[in-house]
Amino acid sequence: MTDPSAADAGAPVGRRVVLGLLGLGAVGVVTGGAVQDGLSRLLAPIQLRDPTGLTSLIPLGDTWRYYSVTGAVEPRDAASYTLAVTGLVDEPATYSLADLEALPQTSFVRTFYCITGWRVPDVPWTGVRVADLLDAAGPTSDAVGVRFRSFDGTYSVNMTLAQARARDVVVTLQMYGEPVTHDHGGPARVHAGSMYGYKGTKWLSEIEVTPDNAPGYWEDRGYPLDGYLDE
Amino acid sequence: MSEVGSRPGPAAPSEDVQRFTAAERWVHRSVALLTGVCLVTAAILYNGALMMVVGHRQLVSDVHVWSGIALPVPMLLGAASAAYRRDVSRLDRFGRADWRWLRSRSRRDGTIPVGKFNAGQKVNAWLVAASTGVLLGTGVLMHWTGLVQLSWRSGATFVHDWVALGLGLLVVGHILQASKDPEARRGMRTGRVSRRWARTEHRRWADEVD
Repeated sequence: MTDPSAADAGAPVGRRVVLGLLGLGAVGVVTGGAVQDGLSRLLAPIQLRDPTGLTSLIPLGDTWRYYSVTGAVEPRDAASYTLAVTGLVDEPATYSLADLEALPQTSFVRTFYCITGWRVPDVPWTGVRVADLLDAAGPTSDAVGVRFRSFDGTYSVNMTLAQARARDVVVTLQMYGEPVTHDHGGPARVHAGSMYGYKGTKWLSEIEVTPDNAPGYWEDRGYPLDGYLDE
Repeated sequence: MSEVGSRPGPAAPSEDVQRFTAAERWVHRSVALLTGVCLVTAAILYNGALMMVVGHRQLVSDVHVWSGIALPVPMLLGAASAAYRRDVSRLDRFGRADWRWLRSRSRRDGTIPVGKFNAGQKVNAWLVAASTGVLLGTGVLMHWTGLVQLSWRSGATFVHDWVALGLGLLVVGHILQASKDPEARRGMRTGRVSRRWARTEHRRWADEVD
């Protein structure tokens, strides 16, 4: 019983192959980021021109992955969208999309990093600085943090007042020079250029100024409270 | 296991030989179920259109992660069975006849003697085992984000995506092969196959069990 039949005899090739592939996987973890960069540069022109959408089904290059933490989110448009600034402020305000578009716009190009490791290089972001909205509202002296809420009814993100005032924290109205699509969290979403993607609330509906910096949705589930890119 | 005799096989029960024990079939079913859950949840997590319909990212992600972590468990438990260990060893060993079988255009005509598993089944088993390990390791790095630096997490995501695509293709191939061979499916469903089938497909093994 210890010796399989002659046809099954031979070298333990399977064990070597499995160990070899596990080693290759480890090498891939260390070098994969760079390989992905190269592939992405090579394939970006193909993916942008792919009319079939098939290339989005396979992990070619750096592509967007769309996250939603609730069931289907009811889309809002220019007519139905509002952003409320509330909480510990002297002048609470409600902005329509047109109001936001009329404010000074900030544009920058920044890579989007998901904390799990995927990324999308060189994304052009345009929007209103959160700092401008906070200045207009005038946080009271006991204000400590900011809570961004989503009209998906569930998602929220915390930041300290100082973090939210950074120059690269914007209520994004455009990505790639186009209005933010529903899947990307449009008509308005937050993007924080120096932080991981989870700090950017999609389908933004409210900015509440708070007396604390209590954890938001993913922060409550173990992601860092600050969310700054670490490398 | 309950289907024995529920459909007339091509041969009478006395003409059957035992191919897989209950323990082996349990491992196969458990691994199949967990792999299926992983693949379906992976598609939702990866594909934007599916994600937007299903939503509930965290629930889908938790189901994916814990099914993935559970995946090796039945394989490891199987090691308690001597029959399972023996079959793992058969899958591991690869001889000259296997190389010939892989290269041959007429590999199915029975001239090259085949043991309990043919060379294709062996290669599939290695790739599935290795993929499972790589997906488990990279998945852990992606889920517990504090373990390694960002550039390694990017590498882990890259490896995880491609290996998952490869494993998905292996599973599709595995199911296609099974769909063409009812007797092989009966072997995994009931544990028994007809002697005639064993002679045609796995002659060396049929000699062994005779």
